[in-house]
Amino acid sequence: MSKTIVIDGKVIPFEDGQTIIQAATAAGVYIPHLCHNPKFTPNGSCKLCTVKVNGRNCSACTFPASEGQNITNISEELNDDREKITQMLFVEGNHFCPSCEKTGNCNLQAVAYHLGMTDNHFPHFFENREVDASHPDVMIDHNRCIFCTLCVRASQQEDGKNVFAISGRGIEKRLVVNSESGLLKDSDLDVNDCAAHICPTGAILIKRTGYNVPIGQRIFDHAHIDTVALAAEGASHDE
Amino acid sequence: MVIEEIQGDFMQQFIKQLAKDNDFKSTSLLSILRAIQTRYFHIPKEAIEQLAELLNIPRTQIQNVIAFYSFFHFEPRGKYDILISSSITDLMVGQEELINYFSEKLDVKIGEVRADSVVSLNNTSCTGMCDQSLAGLVNGYAITKLTKARIDEIVENVNKQLPLEKWSRDLFDVQDNIIKPDLLLNQKPTQGEAINATFARGLMETLNEVEKSGLRGRGGAGYTTAWKWKFCHEENADQRYIVCNADEGEPGTFKDRVLLNSYADSVFEGMTVAAAIIGATQGFIYLRGEYLHLYEKLEAILAARRNANLLGKNILQHGFDFDIEICLGAGAYICGEESALIESLEGKAGIPRNRPPYPVVSGYLNKPTSVNNVETFLAAANIAIHGGEWFANLGTAKSKGTKVLSISGDCAKVGIYEYAFGTTIQTILNDCGASDVLGVQVGGPSGTFISNDEFERKIAFEDLATGGSFIVFNNSRNILDIVHNFSHFFAHESCGFCTPCRVGTSLLKKQVDKIVEGHGSAGDIVALEELCQLIKNYSHCGLGQTAANPVLTTLERYPELYQSMLKKISYEPGFDLDKSLETARRMAHRDDAHAHLAQVED
Repeated sequence: MSKTIVIDGKVIPFEDGQTIIQAATAAGVYIPHLCHNPKFTPNGSCKLCTVKVNGRNCSACTFPASEGQNITNISEELNDDREKITQMLFVEGNHFCPSCEKTGNCNLQAVAYHLGMTDNHFPHFFENREVDASHPDVMIDHNRCIFCTLCVRASQQEDGKNVFAISGRGIEKRLVVNSESGLLKDSDLDVNDCAAHICPTGAILIKRTGYNVPIGQRIFDHAHIDTVALAAEGASHDE
Repeated sequence: MVIEEIQGDFMQQFIKQLAKDNDFKSTSLLSILRAIQTRYFHIPKEAIEQLAELLNIPRTQIQNVIAFYSFFHFEPRGKYDILISSSITDLMVGQEELINYFSEKLDVKIGEVRADSVVSLNNTSCTGMCDQSLAGLVNGYAITKLTKARIDEIVENVNKQLPLEKWSRDLFDVQDNIIKPDLLLNQKPTQGEAINATFARGLMETLNEVEKSGLRGRGGAGYTTAWKWKFCHEENADQRYIVCNADEGEPGTFKDRVLLNSYADSVFEGMTVAAAIIGATQGFIYLRGEYLHLYEKLEAILAARRNANLLGKNILQHGFDFDIEICLGAGAYICGEESALIESLEGKAGIPRNRPPYPVVSGYLNKPTSVNNVETFLAAANIAIHGGEWFANLGTAKSKGTKVLSISGDCAKVGIYEYAFGTTIQTILNDCGASDVLGVQVGGPSGTFISNDEFERKIAFEDLATGGSFIVFNNSRNILDIVHNFSHFFAHESCGFCTPCRVGTSLLKKQVDKIVEGHGSAGDIVALEELCQLIKNYSHCGLGQTAANPVLTTLERYPELYQSMLKKISYEPGFDLDKSLETARRMAHRDDAHAHLAQVED
């Protein structure tokens, strides 16, 4: 008999050491998330994957699955609150989907659609954030960074480098580049690095590839993020 | 150019020596940066590069630490860096007027450095001196009871560029203000008494006494101390650590300052007892940067204890080794959270870890670590001597023993009071000489605001839990000023790791400002409450989970007060339309009626 947890009434098996989101994904249950990627050490910062475990809020990406957990993943309350957390990410940065190259391929945008977000709800911060276009092949648009640390982790854990970090406190947090000048061109980032391709928003983009895939033929133009995520992340679990 | 090169050379030597003195350990990063900041008034870019190499860590880790902690700077501060505490109790003694006076006399704007680089001035979060407000820091050292006369004296010292050692000692005078000692504060055990009692009784037997005493964490969260030690002891590991959390940053609390000033031997003895029980050979005391004035005194006490064989090898011939190192914080409230504190001890930004694993399983350098409050160790040392029952005889069923309170605000006798748990707020108010009371902030901004209808409530984990902060407000105070101050505090202190707290506390600050400044409209109270619930329910750690308490606890008690601030219109935008046209008006050299827009159409 394998051990099980219950998510929204569905009995789901898990193995020791698995987090709730790992067990859920393996069983074909989608839990909304942005900073989680099964390839890398979980971070637990975006809080979109918050589920109720026996009535208590926990981040599914970091909380270990264990026997006796009765988990709520889909409820009006959780959905509303996840939508508001997503809206927080939108007002904190400067996200203009219609003019962003990432539109249609963007996890932030796709999660927002998934949660039924139709406005920004909160007042905008209109922060001045910069663009680093110094690197020959890759650019950073800080306006779109949501501090998920995926590029940080990808660079460390996949590329064996240490190109990115998050620096600063509170609302002053910024993505920083590990080079003496602080510019991307002086770092050892290569266009083929995983870190250059992992960004869930349009904060890190590959130059000269803009609109290679026309709008209408992009990932989320024809599929919802739950199906896309389960297909991609379920597969990478099996590896 | 030549001079700069020579200085550059000197700095290189200085940093190399610093790194060497710290065995090139990256865990010493904060202490190294503190030394550089003190000497060069900032952390120069070249220093970051050199340190990254010497300590073998990415430069981004150093950048992050500098950006994270309030007392480190990328740009030079003045030779005299003056910070003025801006907590609510400071505002109550006229902080705003006095800092403006300071600014005017020094000829430096708040937040800036004077053109001659001699002095800089800024606000800072509560410095733990609410019993001797207005307080501040000069180059990290506490200055107290600031008045215009004392400010004049400081200004003169600064303008004469008088070295700090030559300033009148009176400016740095910090009083204990112990008003009402009880069970713990009346004890004056001899050195080694608790250690000897522990070994005489037996380690596990002493742990049983601590369990019997019912002692719970004095930082406010109230986890059973004996369990923490037991779990830590039971973890299979080659090294374990004991950490004393002396990062008391909750606005309004200052009891750990007093305990460390006058009861340090007992606190260290409590740590030693705990270390013997859990099997740790190394301990740390994480002292908040604001208490720099205690550093040398504590180092001297530790040295004396080493000389007396109360620390070091084979302590008092019990065959047990243990030593304590002091680590200074650098201005970050979040480091009071135990896992953030551990990150900070490791030389990193204080970002709370994901749990599980808990620190008792995987703490400092991923080894089992027990982090306990200063007062917890003081209590434990005395329990080791007198036994569990001695302590458990006082208090309530769920909250045993006594609690040391830091009482400040509108009362005749501010200072340190020790009470058995279960004491009513009214009793405390009578003792401290408070009259015409509007309400009390129990447990600091992260605690509860109680109104004058609730003074029969009790200090206890099951009623009003508190880390020790107790701020009294009389009827001349405006509740919204308090909420405004606390909301700004949390937005400033959020570590920024998780979305709900990072963005939420800033949104909350703006929303409170909007209402307090009279721009709120019908929907704004609902929006405020909704935002509070979101921050409370979804934040990563205790900071976020309690950051909305000032609003929630006052909104519950004084809804009509919030309502009275609202404009009688259905909607008002969150920004000031006319104000945002200011730049355009300036550029167009216009100020006529057509260059202004009304906020709302008539």
